[in-house]
Amino acid sequence: MLTTVGGKPLKEALAHAQSRAKRRAFLLVLPLLAFIVVSFIFPIGQMLYKSVSNTGFTISKDFGTGVSTPIMTNLAEWFEENPQGTDPDETAYAALAADLLVLRELKAPGQAGTRINYELSGSRSMFTKAARKAKKLAPPFKESIIDLDEDWADPSLWQAMRTASSAVTVNFYLAALDRKRADDGSVEMVPENRQVYVTLFKRTLILSLMITVICFFLAFPIAHLMATLPMRKSNLLMILVLLPFWTSLLVRTTSWMIVLQSQGVLNDAMVATGILADENRIQMMYNQTGTVIAMTHILLPFMVLPLYSVMSMINPSYVRAARSMGATSWTAFRRIYFPQTVPGIGAGALLVFILSVGYYITPALVGGADGQLISNLIAFHMTKSLNWSLAAALAAILLGAVLLLYWLYDRLIGIDNLKLG
Amino acid sequence: MADSHTKDAFVEFDRVQKSYDGENLVVKDLNLSLPKGEFLTMLGPSGSGKTTCLMMLAGFETATHGDIRLDGQPINNIPPHKRGIGMVFQNYALFPHMTVAENLSFPLEVRKIPKTEREAKVKQVLELVQMGEFGGRRPAQLSGGQQQRIALARALVFEAELVLMDEPLGALDKQLRETMQFEIKRIADDLGITVVYVTHDQTEALTMSDRVAVFEDGRIQQLAPPDELYESPQNSFVAQFIGENNTLEGTVKEIKNGIALVQLDGGGLIDCKPVNVTKAGERTRVSIRPERVEFNKDRLSAEAHTLKAEVLEFIYMGDIFRTRLRVAGKDDFIIKSRNAPDQVRLEPGSQVEIGWMAEDCRALDA
Repeated sequence: MLTTVGGKPLKEALAHAQSRAKRRAFLLVLPLLAFIVVSFIFPIGQMLYKSVSNTGFTISKDFGTGVSTPIMTNLAEWFEENPQGTDPDETAYAALAADLLVLRELKAPGQAGTRINYELSGSRSMFTKAARKAKKLAPPFKESIIDLDEDWADPSLWQAMRTASSAVTVNFYLAALDRKRADDGSVEMVPENRQVYVTLFKRTLILSLMITVICFFLAFPIAHLMATLPMRKSNLLMILVLLPFWTSLLVRTTSWMIVLQSQGVLNDAMVATGILADENRIQMMYNQTGTVIAMTHILLPFMVLPLYSVMSMINPSYVRAARSMGATSWTAFRRIYFPQTVPGIGAGALLVFILSVGYYITPALVGGADGQLISNLIAFHMTKSLNWSLAAALAAILLGAVLLLYWLYDRLIGIDNLKLG
Repeated sequence: MADSHTKDAFVEFDRVQKSYDGENLVVKDLNLSLPKGEFLTMLGPSGSGKTTCLMMLAGFETATHGDIRLDGQPINNIPPHKRGIGMVFQNYALFPHMTVAENLSFPLEVRKIPKTEREAKVKQVLELVQMGEFGGRRPAQLSGGQQQRIALARALVFEAELVLMDEPLGALDKQLRETMQFEIKRIADDLGITVVYVTHDQTEALTMSDRVAVFEDGRIQQLAPPDELYESPQNSFVAQFIGENNTLEGTVKEIKNGIALVQLDGGGLIDCKPVNVTKAGERTRVSIRPERVEFNKDRLSAEAHTLKAEVLEFIYMGDIFRTRLRVAGKDDFIIKSRNAPDQVRLEPGSQVEIGWMAEDCRALDA
């Protein structure tokens, strides 16, 4: 057995020395790891958790004292004892009355009502109203509660309360896919006039795909030109490609608004030159066209750069070799040059597609009504309707779709073929 | 050159000029013709125009002036893919996204040759370069020498009669380069193909070629078989460029009986063969190969002129001895002597007399 000068087994000493080196190397990445955990993994975990868990109808937290109190416990007990489909009887209403009293004491009827409102809109005010009068409720509770508002007898309300009585739910995912629980607990589509999310997901994917394809067709020639021109000229082109990066996103989007709107530069120019009659001005802004044009412009560099970096590595002698072997310039391009650019195309397309799937500010500014993407709706639920669980569910579905695409890409082209620069 | 415009020329450059910028000629008045089956090497320092000539022949550059003919047909206006010329590139240019077999099958596919025939030809050419079992590999999985063989096979697989090679062995180490030189020469001879080979390595040029064209400054300085090129350089550039060479400068004193007497600038009189000098008083640069210098008095003829020399350095190189001397005021004069049992080893510091046969010492242009 090999030993060190000191007599220790060599293998052991080596492993010891190496593990110390590994520990020290790990210390170097520790700050970044901690940063990523705190700022990325933890929030994403929180978001995913929020999408399946909403405590609005189960726990009330007093933010002054920090004390959490369970609410709606009596009702939850009744739901537990009586299976799905049982008509609410006097005991159920008695439990509700007791819970309303608790809500009133805790000043929490709004919170509980909001949670039910997510499932059944218009029900929030019933809770606030009923809680205000909770003290006056007397047996028989069923009649006195229905006296307050006859909607309390609505089976869908009871179905909504049944699901909400457990914090963990998949209902937000159902809602994000334009589905809901029927009164009997089965899953059904929401009425047609309220279906928005699936359409938006589809539109987001289609527009993103369109933007990616347009970016590819615009970027390929310019990247090729940059890769073949002499250094000085290609550097100038590179600066022109990067120029948009140095301008604020907002400024760029606004300038597109100035150019494209119906009283804008482009329409004015076309009317002035007589191409277009004044009453036929083309609507290029506040619709999908505007979103596609502005986003293509903004995301173009993300396609050009990986393509350029791949193309500049392709030796011109490959095409020459193909030509000398009898291939026409088209065949040489198709069979020899193009396949070698695939890693760049993959990287660029993936980058542009993923960025545009989650793009928010540009569609918000230039999209109008039908140019909105799913991220605009996520933002709406985050900031306006405050239905964070639904926002989280939408975001999680988006994340899942992107991961699926990534997996598909890996299967079809291979992720190790990706070349970003 | 005298042998252009011959009837049996397979490849012919006829007063070809090339300029990239419209101001400077990279190739100036190139005339060259080679018969079928010849192995011709274009040798020259970088920037001498040899690669440009090759690219014009392949069709990747157009001649600014003059005609290039292949088998009697002018090819100036024929695009590269219709010329049917095989080419081996400096970096091999094997398509990285295809296997070896796909690489070899590519020129056959674009010629619309049926699959079974393609496979047979690929197999055959792989055997030819002794790479039979490598068809399924990717170029990146091959060593430099193996890639070189495949690149050669790819240029041969569609049975081109003319194969161009642009410094194909530049990236290989010395030993492999020597093996491949031999291999390329063997295959070229076996198939009877015409080869135009570009290199800046003179050993390669001398060992492989039937004829060598030495390029400098956009012109062919000399076009000759290797032995003639080495032993009878036509001017001082060729003498300098091919092999090792001693140069001495001086003035012609007289020319008599085919022998020029040259007065060296550093002192001393020597006998030379007049090559580029015609009369007394002309400046000249004389060139003598290190292995043709004699320092053994017994072997020099009595009437020959000799020079005094001081031995500066003696280097033992195994098969030969290399001795550096100070001759006529210059201290870079080299003698190479064979390591034979009776060979004298010159001691540094000692004085010797050196001389040579007049025909080995060539009086060239100044």
